[in-house]
Amino acid sequence: MKPNGIEGVCYNVARTKVIFLPEFRFPEPLSRIPMRDIHAQQITDTVKQLCIDMCYHVSDDFLAALERAVEREESDTGREIMRQILENAKIAKEEGIPACQDTGYTVVFVDVGQECHIVGGDLSEAIHEGVRQGYTEGLLRKSIVAHPLDRVNTRDNTPAFIHTRIVPGDRLKITVAAKGGGSENMSRLSMLKPSQGVEGVKEFVLQAVKEAGPNACPPVIVGVGIGGDFEICAELAKRAILRPVGEPAPNPTDAKLEAELLDQVNRTGVGPGGFGGSVTALAVHVESFPTHIVSLPVAVNMQCHSTRHKEAEL
Amino acid sequence: MSEIKRITTPFTEEQARSLRAGDRVLISGVLLTGRDAAHKRIAETLKAGEPLPVDLRDQIIYYVGPSPAKPGAVIGAAGPTTSGRMDVYVPGFLRDLGLRGMIGKGYRSQPVRDALQEYGAVYFGAVGGLGALLSKRIQSAEVVAYEDLGPEAIYRLEVEEFPVVVVNDAYGGDAYREGTAQYEADEEEEAA
Repeated sequence: MKPNGIEGVCYNVARTKVIFLPEFRFPEPLSRIPMRDIHAQQITDTVKQLCIDMCYHVSDDFLAALERAVEREESDTGREIMRQILENAKIAKEEGIPACQDTGYTVVFVDVGQECHIVGGDLSEAIHEGVRQGYTEGLLRKSIVAHPLDRVNTRDNTPAFIHTRIVPGDRLKITVAAKGGGSENMSRLSMLKPSQGVEGVKEFVLQAVKEAGPNACPPVIVGVGIGGDFEICAELAKRAILRPVGEPAPNPTDAKLEAELLDQVNRTGVGPGGFGGSVTALAVHVESFPTHIVSLPVAVNMQCHSTRHKEAEL
Repeated sequence: MSEIKRITTPFTEEQARSLRAGDRVLISGVLLTGRDAAHKRIAETLKAGEPLPVDLRDQIIYYVGPSPAKPGAVIGAAGPTTSGRMDVYVPGFLRDLGLRGMIGKGYRSQPVRDALQEYGAVYFGAVGGLGALLSKRIQSAEVVAYEDLGPEAIYRLEVEEFPVVVVNDAYGGDAYREGTAQYEADEEEEAA
Protein backbone atom coordinates (compact mmCIF):
# COMPACT_ATOMS: atom_id res chain seq x y z
CA MET A 1 0.00 0.00 0.00
CA LYS A 2 1.15 3.47 -0.79
CA PRO A 3 1.37 5.66 2.28
CA ASN A 4 -0.99 8.59 2.03
CA GLY A 5 0.26 11.62 0.23
CA ILE A 6 3.59 10.12 -0.87
CA GLU A 7 4.66 10.29 -4.49
CA GLY A 8 7.99 9.29 -5.98
CA VAL A 9 10.26 6.23 -5.70
CA CYS A 10 10.26 3.84 -2.74
CA TYR A 11 11.52 0.29 -2.19
CA ASN A 12 9.25 -2.50 -1.03
CA VAL A 13 10.18 -5.44 1.19
CA ALA A 14 11.45 -7.48 -1.76
CA ARG A 15 13.94 -4.66 -2.48
CA THR A 16 12.32 -3.98 -5.86
CA LYS A 17 11.80 -0.44 -6.90
CA VAL A 18 8.20 0.77 -6.78
CA ILE A 19 7.18 3.92 -8.53
CA PHE A 20 4.17 5.75 -7.06
CA LEU A 21 2.23 7.91 -9.47
CA PRO A 22 -0.01 10.77 -8.42
CA GLU A 23 -3.47 9.43 -7.62
CA PHE A 24 -5.65 9.17 -10.73
CA ARG A 25 -8.83 11.21 -10.58
CA PHE A 26 -11.75 10.27 -12.82
CA PRO A 27 -13.00 13.17 -14.91
CA GLU A 28 -16.30 14.46 -13.49
CA PRO A 29 -19.00 13.43 -13.89
CA LEU A 30 -17.76 9.88 -13.49
CA SER A 31 -19.38 7.70 -16.14
CA ARG A 32 -19.45 4.05 -15.16
CA ILE A 33 -20.16 1.46 -17.81
CA PRO A 34 -22.06 -1.51 -16.36
CA MET A 35 -20.23 -4.84 -16.63
CA ARG A 36 -21.90 -7.78 -18.36
CA ASP A 37 -21.71 -10.99 -16.32
CA ILE A 38 -20.71 -14.26 -17.95
CA HIS A 39 -20.77 -17.38 -15.83
CA ALA A 40 -17.75 -19.71 -15.95
CA GLN A 41 -20.16 -22.63 -16.46
CA GLN A 42 -21.35 -21.09 -19.76
CA ILE A 43 -17.72 -20.99 -20.89
CA THR A 44 -17.15 -24.62 -19.92
CA ASP A 45 -20.34 -25.79 -21.68
CA THR A 46 -19.46 -23.83 -24.80
CA VAL A 47 -15.87 -25.08 -25.02
CA LYS A 48 -17.05 -28.65 -24.49
CA GLN A 49 -19.55 -28.43 -27.36
CA LEU A 50 -17.05 -26.70 -29.66
CA CYS A 51 -14.47 -29.43 -29.03
CA ILE A 52 -16.86 -32.21 -30.00
CA ASP A 53 -18.37 -30.38 -32.99
CA MET A 54 -15.05 -29.38 -34.52
CA CYS A 55 -13.58 -32.89 -34.33
CA TYR A 56 -16.55 -34.45 -36.13
CA HIS A 57 -16.81 -31.65 -38.71
CA VAL A 58 -13.94 -30.60 -40.94
CA SER A 59 -14.46 -26.86 -41.55
CA ASP A 60 -17.02 -26.20 -44.30
CA ASP A 61 -14.97 -23.46 -45.94
CA PHE A 62 -12.04 -25.87 -46.24
CA LEU A 63 -14.16 -28.65 -47.76
CA ALA A 64 -15.74 -26.22 -50.25
CA ALA A 65 -12.28 -25.04 -51.33
CA LEU A 66 -11.09 -28.65 -51.61
CA GLU A 67 -14.05 -29.58 -53.78
CA ARG A 68 -13.33 -26.66 -56.11
CA ALA A 69 -9.67 -27.70 -56.33
CA VAL A 70 -10.24 -31.34 -57.40
CA GLU A 71 -10.41 -30.47 -61.09
CA ARG A 72 -7.21 -28.43 -60.87
CA GLU A 73 -5.26 -31.46 -59.70
CA GLU A 74 -3.26 -33.00 -62.54
CA SER A 75 -2.44 -36.33 -60.88
CA ASP A 76 -4.99 -39.18 -60.98
CA THR A 77 -3.78 -40.38 -57.58
CA GLY A 78 -4.00 -36.81 -56.29
CA ARG A 79 -7.60 -36.42 -57.41
CA GLU A 80 -8.50 -39.78 -55.87
CA ILE A 81 -6.95 -38.74 -52.55
CA MET A 82 -8.88 -35.46 -52.59
CA ARG A 83 -12.12 -37.35 -53.14
CA GLN A 84 -11.20 -39.67 -50.27
CA ILE A 85 -10.65 -36.65 -48.00
CA LEU A 86 -14.15 -35.39 -48.89
CA GLU A 87 -15.60 -38.87 -48.31
CA ASN A 88 -13.77 -39.13 -44.98
CA ALA A 89 -15.26 -35.82 -43.82
CA LYS A 90 -18.73 -37.02 -44.83
CA ILE A 91 -18.39 -40.27 -42.85
CA ALA A 92 -17.15 -38.39 -39.79
CA LYS A 93 -20.05 -35.94 -39.91
CA GLU A 94 -22.74 -38.53 -40.53
CA GLU A 95 -21.54 -41.06 -37.98
CA GLY A 96 -20.35 -38.62 -35.32
CA ILE A 97 -16.75 -39.83 -35.18
CA PRO A 98 -13.53 -37.83 -35.38
CA ALA A 99 -12.43 -37.06 -38.94
CA CYS A 100 -8.85 -37.72 -37.84
CA GLN A 101 -7.71 -39.77 -34.87
CA ASP A 102 -5.31 -36.98 -33.92
CA THR A 103 -7.77 -34.62 -32.29
CA GLY A 104 -4.86 -32.43 -31.49
CA TYR A 105 -3.59 -29.86 -29.15
CA THR A 106 -6.71 -27.92 -28.17
CA VAL A 107 -5.80 -24.36 -29.03
CA VAL A 108 -8.23 -21.80 -27.63
CA PHE A 109 -8.28 -18.15 -28.64
CA VAL A 110 -10.33 -15.97 -26.33
CA ASP A 111 -11.23 -12.35 -26.97
CA VAL A 112 -12.55 -10.95 -23.70
CA GLY A 113 -14.53 -7.74 -24.02
CA GLN A 114 -13.31 -5.31 -21.38
CA GLU A 115 -16.85 -4.72 -20.16
CA CYS A 116 -17.35 -8.40 -19.60
CA HIS A 117 -17.13 -9.82 -16.10
CA ILE A 118 -16.51 -13.53 -15.56
CA VAL A 119 -18.29 -14.89 -12.49
CA GLY A 120 -18.51 -18.28 -10.80
CA GLY A 121 -14.99 -19.46 -11.54
CA ASP A 122 -11.82 -18.52 -13.33
CA LEU A 123 -11.55 -18.23 -17.09
CA SER A 124 -8.64 -20.61 -17.70
CA GLU A 125 -10.00 -23.36 -15.47
CA ALA A 126 -13.43 -23.01 -17.12
CA ILE A 127 -11.78 -23.59 -20.51
CA HIS A 128 -9.69 -26.55 -19.32
CA GLU A 129 -12.83 -28.11 -17.84
CA GLY A 130 -14.64 -27.71 -21.17
CA VAL A 131 -11.77 -29.48 -22.94
CA ARG A 132 -11.72 -32.22 -20.31
CA GLN A 133 -15.46 -32.89 -20.70
CA GLY A 134 -15.50 -32.54 -24.49
CA TYR A 135 -12.61 -34.91 -25.10
CA THR A 136 -13.93 -37.49 -22.65
CA GLU A 137 -17.60 -37.48 -23.63
CA GLY A 138 -16.91 -36.97 -27.34
CA LEU A 139 -14.54 -39.98 -27.42
CA LEU A 140 -11.75 -37.81 -28.78
CA ARG A 141 -8.14 -38.91 -28.45
CA LYS A 142 -6.16 -37.59 -25.51
CA SER A 143 -2.80 -36.54 -26.88
CA ILE A 144 -1.23 -34.25 -24.30
CA VAL A 145 1.68 -35.23 -22.05
CA ALA A 146 2.26 -33.38 -18.79
CA HIS A 147 5.98 -32.74 -19.30
CA PRO A 148 7.84 -32.75 -22.63
CA LEU A 149 10.58 -35.02 -21.24
CA ASP A 150 8.73 -37.23 -18.75
CA ARG A 151 5.91 -37.72 -21.30
CA VAL A 152 3.12 -38.94 -19.05
CA ASN A 153 -0.31 -38.50 -20.68
CA THR A 154 -2.70 -36.19 -18.80
CA ARG A 155 -5.54 -38.47 -20.01
CA ASP A 156 -8.04 -35.66 -20.66
CA ASN A 157 -6.22 -33.58 -23.31
CA THR A 158 -5.69 -30.72 -20.86
CA PRO A 159 -4.21 -28.24 -20.60
CA ALA A 160 -5.75 -26.26 -23.42
CA PHE A 161 -3.31 -23.91 -25.15
CA ILE A 162 -4.96 -20.59 -24.42
CA HIS A 163 -4.33 -17.20 -26.04
CA THR A 164 -6.29 -14.38 -24.40
CA ARG A 165 -6.77 -10.84 -25.68
CA ILE A 166 -8.66 -8.01 -24.01
CA VAL A 167 -10.81 -6.25 -26.63
CA PRO A 168 -13.45 -3.51 -26.61
CA GLY A 169 -17.06 -4.46 -25.90
CA ASP A 170 -18.97 -6.70 -23.51
CA ARG A 171 -18.82 -10.01 -25.39
CA LEU A 172 -16.58 -13.01 -24.98
CA LYS A 173 -15.53 -14.71 -28.19
CA ILE A 174 -14.07 -18.22 -28.07
CA THR A 175 -12.38 -19.92 -31.01
CA VAL A 176 -11.33 -23.52 -30.48
CA ALA A 177 -9.00 -25.35 -32.87
CA ALA A 178 -7.89 -28.99 -32.90
CA LYS A 179 -4.32 -28.77 -34.13
CA GLY A 180 -2.84 -32.08 -35.21
CA GLY A 181 0.70 -32.87 -34.14
CA GLY A 182 1.91 -34.07 -37.55
CA SER A 183 1.41 -30.71 -39.23
CA GLU A 184 2.39 -28.72 -36.14
CA ASN A 185 5.75 -30.54 -36.13
CA MET A 186 6.48 -29.26 -39.62
CA SER A 187 6.11 -25.61 -38.57
CA ARG A 188 9.19 -23.37 -38.69
CA LEU A 189 10.39 -19.96 -37.51
CA SER A 190 13.40 -17.93 -38.54
CA MET A 191 14.74 -14.48 -37.75
CA LEU A 192 15.76 -13.30 -41.23
CA LYS A 193 17.88 -10.28 -42.02
CA PRO A 194 15.90 -7.30 -43.33
CA SER A 195 18.07 -7.38 -46.47
CA GLN A 196 16.66 -10.80 -47.33
CA GLY A 197 13.31 -9.09 -47.91
CA VAL A 198 10.35 -10.67 -49.63
CA GLU A 199 12.54 -13.13 -51.54
CA GLY A 200 13.97 -14.41 -48.26
CA VAL A 201 10.47 -14.86 -46.85
CA LYS A 202 9.33 -16.77 -49.95
CA GLU A 203 12.38 -19.00 -49.93
CA PHE A 204 11.84 -19.84 -46.27
CA VAL A 205 8.15 -20.68 -46.75
CA LEU A 206 8.83 -22.84 -49.81
CA GLN A 207 11.59 -24.68 -47.99
CA ALA A 208 9.20 -25.42 -45.13
CA VAL A 209 6.55 -26.77 -47.51
CA LYS A 210 9.07 -29.00 -49.31
CA GLU A 211 10.54 -30.33 -46.07
CA ALA A 212 7.04 -31.03 -44.73
CA GLY A 213 6.08 -32.97 -47.88
CA PRO A 214 3.66 -35.77 -46.94
CA ASN A 215 4.24 -35.30 -43.19
CA ALA A 216 1.96 -32.25 -42.93
CA CYS A 217 -0.96 -34.07 -44.61
CA PRO A 218 -1.45 -31.94 -47.73
CA PRO A 219 -3.41 -30.25 -49.24
CA VAL A 220 -2.55 -27.80 -46.48
CA ILE A 221 -3.29 -24.25 -45.46
CA VAL A 222 0.04 -22.48 -45.02
CA GLY A 223 -0.13 -19.93 -42.20
CA VAL A 224 2.64 -17.35 -42.45
CA GLY A 225 3.53 -14.71 -39.88
CA ILE A 226 5.92 -11.91 -40.78
CA GLY A 227 7.17 -9.29 -38.35
CA GLY A 228 6.56 -8.80 -34.66
CA ASP A 229 9.13 -10.35 -32.35
CA PHE A 230 9.81 -14.07 -31.84
CA GLU A 231 6.55 -15.07 -30.17
CA ILE A 232 4.20 -12.63 -31.89
CA CYS A 233 5.47 -13.90 -35.24
CA ALA A 234 4.59 -17.48 -34.33
CA GLU A 235 1.15 -16.47 -33.08
CA LEU A 236 0.48 -14.53 -36.30
CA ALA A 237 1.17 -17.68 -38.30
CA LYS A 238 -1.21 -19.69 -36.16
CA ARG A 239 -3.96 -17.08 -36.25
CA ALA A 240 -3.55 -16.90 -40.05
CA ILE A 241 -4.80 -20.48 -40.47
CA LEU A 242 -8.08 -19.55 -38.77
CA ARG A 243 -9.04 -17.08 -41.50
CA PRO A 244 -11.74 -18.36 -43.90
CA VAL A 245 -9.91 -20.36 -46.59
CA GLY A 246 -8.70 -18.17 -49.44
CA GLU A 247 -9.94 -14.85 -48.03
CA PRO A 248 -7.16 -12.39 -48.91
CA ALA A 249 -5.28 -10.50 -46.19
CA PRO A 250 -6.53 -6.95 -45.62
CA ASN A 251 -3.05 -5.50 -46.15
CA PRO A 252 -2.28 -5.30 -49.93
CA THR A 253 1.40 -6.24 -49.45
CA ASP A 254 0.37 -9.37 -47.58
CA ALA A 255 -2.38 -10.20 -50.09
CA LYS A 256 0.10 -9.97 -52.98
CA LEU A 257 2.55 -12.20 -51.13
CA GLU A 258 -0.23 -14.73 -50.50
CA ALA A 259 -1.11 -15.01 -54.19
CA GLU A 260 2.52 -15.34 -55.27
CA LEU A 261 3.34 -17.88 -52.58
CA LEU A 262 0.28 -20.02 -53.33
CA ASP A 263 1.37 -20.29 -56.93
CA GLN A 264 4.90 -21.25 -55.92
CA VAL A 265 3.78 -23.72 -53.24
CA ASN A 266 1.63 -25.50 -55.82
CA ARG A 267 4.65 -25.78 -58.12
CA THR A 268 6.63 -27.79 -55.57
CA GLY A 269 4.94 -30.97 -56.80
CA VAL A 270 4.23 -32.31 -53.27
CA GLY A 271 0.53 -32.81 -54.06
CA PRO A 272 -2.30 -34.46 -52.11
CA GLY A 273 -1.00 -36.87 -49.50
CA GLY A 274 2.53 -36.04 -50.67
CA PHE A 275 2.31 -38.56 -53.54
CA GLY A 276 2.95 -35.88 -56.17
CA GLY A 277 0.56 -33.41 -57.73
CA SER A 278 -0.35 -29.83 -58.39
CA VAL A 279 -2.56 -29.09 -55.36
CA THR A 280 -0.23 -28.89 -52.36
CA ALA A 281 -2.01 -26.01 -50.61
CA LEU A 282 -5.51 -24.60 -50.90
CA ALA A 283 -4.41 -21.25 -49.52
CA VAL A 284 -1.50 -19.32 -48.11
CA HIS A 285 -2.59 -16.86 -45.43
CA VAL A 286 -0.16 -14.13 -44.40
CA GLU A 287 -0.49 -11.99 -41.27
CA SER A 288 1.97 -9.19 -40.57
CA PHE A 289 2.90 -6.94 -37.66
CA PRO A 290 5.36 -4.06 -37.12
CA THR A 291 8.86 -5.17 -36.24
CA HIS A 292 12.29 -3.88 -35.15
CA ILE A 293 14.64 -2.05 -37.53
CA VAL A 294 17.12 -4.96 -37.43
CA SER A 295 14.59 -7.80 -37.72
CA LEU A 296 12.54 -9.73 -40.24
CA PRO A 297 10.97 -12.61 -38.33
CA VAL A 298 9.05 -15.18 -40.40
CA ALA A 299 7.04 -18.13 -39.11
CA VAL A 300 5.25 -20.91 -40.96
CA ASN A 301 2.45 -22.85 -39.26
CA MET A 302 1.17 -25.79 -41.27
CA GLN A 303 -2.50 -26.70 -41.15
CA CYS A 304 -3.27 -30.22 -42.41
CA HIS A 305 -6.33 -31.02 -44.52
CA SER A 306 -8.14 -32.04 -41.35
CA THR A 307 -8.84 -28.37 -40.69
CA ARG A 308 -10.95 -28.18 -37.55
CA HIS A 309 -11.94 -25.02 -35.73
CA LYS A 310 -15.17 -23.55 -34.41
CA GLU A 311 -16.10 -20.35 -32.69
CA ALA A 312 -18.83 -19.02 -30.45
CA GLU A 313 -19.68 -15.67 -28.90
CA LEU A 314 -21.13 -15.33 -25.43
CA MET B 1 -2.87 -45.46 -62.44
CA SER B 2 -1.10 -48.71 -61.65
CA GLU B 3 -2.99 -51.97 -61.26
CA ILE B 4 -3.98 -52.82 -57.70
CA LYS B 5 -2.05 -55.61 -55.97
CA ARG B 6 -3.30 -57.64 -53.01
CA ILE B 7 -1.35 -59.14 -50.16
CA THR B 8 -2.35 -61.11 -47.11
CA THR B 9 -0.31 -61.04 -43.92
CA PRO B 10 1.96 -62.57 -42.82
CA PHE B 11 3.95 -62.04 -46.01
CA THR B 12 7.35 -63.25 -47.10
CA GLU B 13 10.57 -61.58 -48.19
CA GLU B 14 9.89 -62.85 -51.71
CA GLN B 15 6.48 -61.12 -51.73
CA ALA B 16 8.01 -57.97 -50.31
CA ARG B 17 10.60 -57.94 -53.08
CA SER B 18 7.84 -58.23 -55.70
CA LEU B 19 6.44 -54.83 -54.73
CA ARG B 20 7.64 -51.56 -56.25
CA ALA B 21 7.38 -47.94 -55.14
CA GLY B 22 4.11 -46.47 -56.40
CA ASP B 23 2.23 -49.81 -56.42
CA ARG B 24 -1.25 -49.54 -54.95
CA VAL B 25 -1.86 -52.42 -52.56
CA LEU B 26 -4.85 -53.74 -50.62
CA ILE B 27 -3.76 -55.52 -47.46
CA SER B 28 -5.90 -58.16 -45.74
CA GLY B 29 -5.17 -60.15 -42.61
CA VAL B 30 -3.55 -58.98 -39.39
CA LEU B 31 -1.79 -55.69 -38.67
CA LEU B 32 -0.06 -54.95 -35.39
CA THR B 33 -0.17 -51.37 -34.19
CA GLY B 34 2.75 -49.62 -32.57
CA ARG B 35 4.11 -46.13 -32.24
CA ASP B 36 6.62 -44.14 -30.21
CA ALA B 37 6.09 -45.63 -26.75
CA ALA B 38 5.58 -49.23 -27.90
CA HIS B 39 8.69 -49.06 -30.09
CA LYS B 40 10.70 -47.73 -27.20
CA ARG B 41 9.50 -50.52 -24.95
CA ILE B 42 10.16 -53.26 -27.52
CA ALA B 43 13.69 -51.91 -28.03
CA GLU B 44 14.29 -51.88 -24.27
CA THR B 45 12.96 -55.44 -23.92
CA LEU B 46 15.25 -56.61 -26.72
CA LYS B 47 18.22 -54.91 -25.13
CA ALA B 48 17.48 -56.58 -21.80
CA GLY B 49 17.32 -59.94 -23.60
CA GLU B 50 13.78 -60.59 -22.42
CA PRO B 51 11.01 -62.24 -24.49
CA LEU B 52 8.72 -59.98 -26.53
CA PRO B 53 4.94 -60.06 -26.04
CA VAL B 54 4.35 -60.29 -29.82
CA ASP B 55 6.06 -62.04 -32.72
CA LEU B 56 6.84 -59.54 -35.47
CA ARG B 57 8.31 -61.99 -37.99
CA ASP B 58 6.86 -61.34 -41.48
CA GLN B 59 4.30 -59.00 -39.94
CA ILE B 60 3.34 -55.41 -40.68
CA ILE B 61 3.33 -52.70 -38.02
CA TYR B 62 0.74 -49.97 -38.53
CA TYR B 63 1.75 -46.65 -36.97
CA VAL B 64 -1.56 -45.56 -35.49
CA GLY B 65 -3.00 -44.25 -32.26
CA PRO B 66 -6.76 -44.61 -32.70
CA SER B 67 -9.35 -42.45 -31.02
CA PRO B 68 -11.63 -44.28 -28.53
CA ALA B 69 -14.31 -46.51 -30.10
CA LYS B 70 -17.97 -45.58 -29.82
CA PRO B 71 -20.07 -48.15 -27.95
CA GLY B 72 -20.59 -51.09 -30.31
CA ALA B 73 -17.92 -49.91 -32.78
CA VAL B 74 -14.73 -51.86 -33.49
CA ILE B 75 -12.42 -48.86 -33.26
CA GLY B 76 -12.47 -45.07 -33.45
CA ALA B 77 -10.79 -43.01 -36.15
CA ALA B 78 -7.62 -44.83 -37.16
CA GLY B 79 -5.44 -43.12 -39.76
CA PRO B 80 -1.63 -43.27 -39.96
CA THR B 81 0.72 -41.14 -37.90
CA THR B 82 4.08 -39.70 -38.99
CA SER B 83 6.53 -42.59 -39.46
CA GLY B 84 9.78 -40.68 -39.10
CA ARG B 85 9.57 -40.71 -35.32
CA MET B 86 10.03 -44.49 -35.38
CA ASP B 87 12.99 -44.43 -37.81
CA VAL B 88 15.61 -44.95 -35.15
CA TYR B 89 14.16 -48.35 -34.18
CA VAL B 90 13.44 -49.74 -37.64
CA PRO B 91 16.77 -51.15 -38.86
CA GLY B 92 17.08 -53.18 -35.65
CA PHE B 93 13.49 -54.50 -35.90
CA LEU B 94 14.04 -55.57 -39.52
CA ARG B 95 17.34 -57.27 -38.72
CA ASP B 96 16.59 -58.89 -35.36
CA LEU B 97 12.83 -59.45 -35.42
CA GLY B 98 12.14 -60.15 -39.08
CA LEU B 99 9.58 -57.34 -39.39
CA ARG B 100 8.45 -57.29 -43.04
CA GLY B 101 6.44 -54.09 -43.46
CA MET B 102 5.29 -50.83 -41.97
CA ILE B 103 2.32 -48.58 -42.68
CA GLY B 104 2.46 -44.88 -41.87
CA LYS B 105 2.73 -41.50 -43.49
CA GLY B 106 5.67 -39.27 -44.32
CA TYR B 107 9.31 -39.57 -45.28
CA ARG B 108 11.71 -42.23 -43.92
CA SER B 109 15.39 -41.74 -43.13
CA GLN B 110 18.22 -43.04 -45.31
CA PRO B 111 19.14 -45.77 -42.76
CA VAL B 112 15.55 -47.06 -42.92
CA ARG B 113 15.53 -47.04 -46.73
CA ASP B 114 18.87 -48.85 -46.79
CA ALA B 115 17.62 -51.46 -44.31
CA LEU B 116 14.53 -52.14 -46.45
CA GLN B 117 16.85 -53.07 -49.31
CA GLU B 118 19.14 -55.16 -47.14
CA TYR B 119 16.44 -57.20 -45.42
CA GLY B 120 13.76 -57.25 -48.14
CA ALA B 121 10.97 -55.26 -46.51
CA VAL B 122 8.51 -52.55 -47.53
CA TYR B 123 7.26 -49.21 -46.21
CA PHE B 124 3.65 -48.57 -47.18
CA GLY B 125 2.04 -45.14 -47.07
CA ALA B 126 -1.57 -44.61 -46.13
CA VAL B 127 -3.11 -41.19 -46.62
CA GLY B 128 -2.80 -39.16 -43.44
CA GLY B 129 -6.00 -37.67 -42.05
CA LEU B 130 -8.38 -40.35 -43.36
CA GLY B 131 -9.09 -41.64 -39.87
CA ALA B 132 -12.84 -42.15 -40.31
CA LEU B 133 -12.57 -43.72 -43.78
CA LEU B 134 -9.74 -46.12 -42.92
CA SER B 135 -11.49 -47.29 -39.74
CA LYS B 136 -14.12 -48.92 -42.00
CA ARG B 137 -11.49 -51.40 -43.25
CA ILE B 138 -10.78 -52.65 -39.73
CA GLN B 139 -12.86 -55.69 -38.77
CA SER B 140 -11.61 -56.27 -35.23
CA ALA B 141 -9.24 -54.73 -32.72
CA GLU B 142 -7.84 -56.18 -29.51
CA VAL B 143 -5.03 -55.09 -27.26
CA VAL B 144 -2.26 -57.71 -27.23
CA ALA B 145 0.45 -55.90 -25.26
CA TYR B 146 1.29 -52.78 -23.23
CA GLU B 147 -2.32 -51.97 -22.34
CA ASP B 148 -1.08 -49.30 -19.93
CA LEU B 149 0.02 -47.19 -22.91
CA GLY B 150 -3.61 -46.36 -23.80
CA PRO B 151 -3.83 -45.26 -27.46
CA GLU B 152 -0.17 -46.30 -27.81
CA ALA B 153 -0.75 -49.93 -26.75
CA ILE B 154 -0.07 -52.72 -29.28
CA TYR B 155 -3.34 -53.75 -30.91
CA ARG B 156 -3.95 -56.70 -33.18
CA LEU B 157 -6.14 -55.44 -36.01
CA GLU B 158 -7.89 -57.65 -38.53
CA VAL B 159 -8.23 -55.70 -41.75
CA GLU B 160 -9.95 -56.27 -45.06
CA GLU B 161 -8.53 -54.61 -48.17
CA PHE B 162 -6.74 -51.87 -46.28
CA PRO B 163 -5.65 -49.36 -48.98
CA VAL B 164 -1.97 -48.35 -49.10
CA VAL B 165 0.68 -47.30 -51.60
CA VAL B 166 4.23 -48.68 -51.62
CA VAL B 167 6.35 -45.67 -50.66
CA ASN B 168 9.78 -47.25 -50.11
CA ASP B 169 10.47 -50.61 -51.74
CA ALA B 170 13.36 -53.06 -51.41
CA TYR B 171 15.16 -51.45 -54.36
CA GLY B 172 15.62 -47.87 -53.15
CA GLY B 173 12.45 -46.59 -54.85
CA ASP B 174 10.58 -43.73 -53.18
CA ALA B 175 7.03 -42.90 -54.28
CA TYR B 176 6.94 -39.55 -52.45
CA ARG B 177 10.15 -38.23 -53.99
CA GLU B 178 9.43 -39.63 -57.45
CA GLY B 179 5.84 -38.32 -57.40
CA THR B 180 6.93 -34.88 -56.24
CA ALA B 181 9.67 -34.69 -58.89
CA GLN B 182 7.15 -35.65 -61.57
CA TYR B 183 4.84 -32.74 -60.75
CA GLU B 184 7.42 -30.17 -59.74
CA ALA B 185 7.01 -27.22 -62.10
CA ASP B 186 10.22 -25.38 -62.81
CA GLU B 187 9.40 -21.73 -63.37
CA GLU B 188 12.39 -21.17 -65.64
CA GLU B 189 11.43 -24.12 -67.81
CA GLU B 190 7.92 -22.76 -68.20
CA ALA B 191 9.25 -19.35 -69.13
CA ALA B 192 11.57 -20.81 -71.79
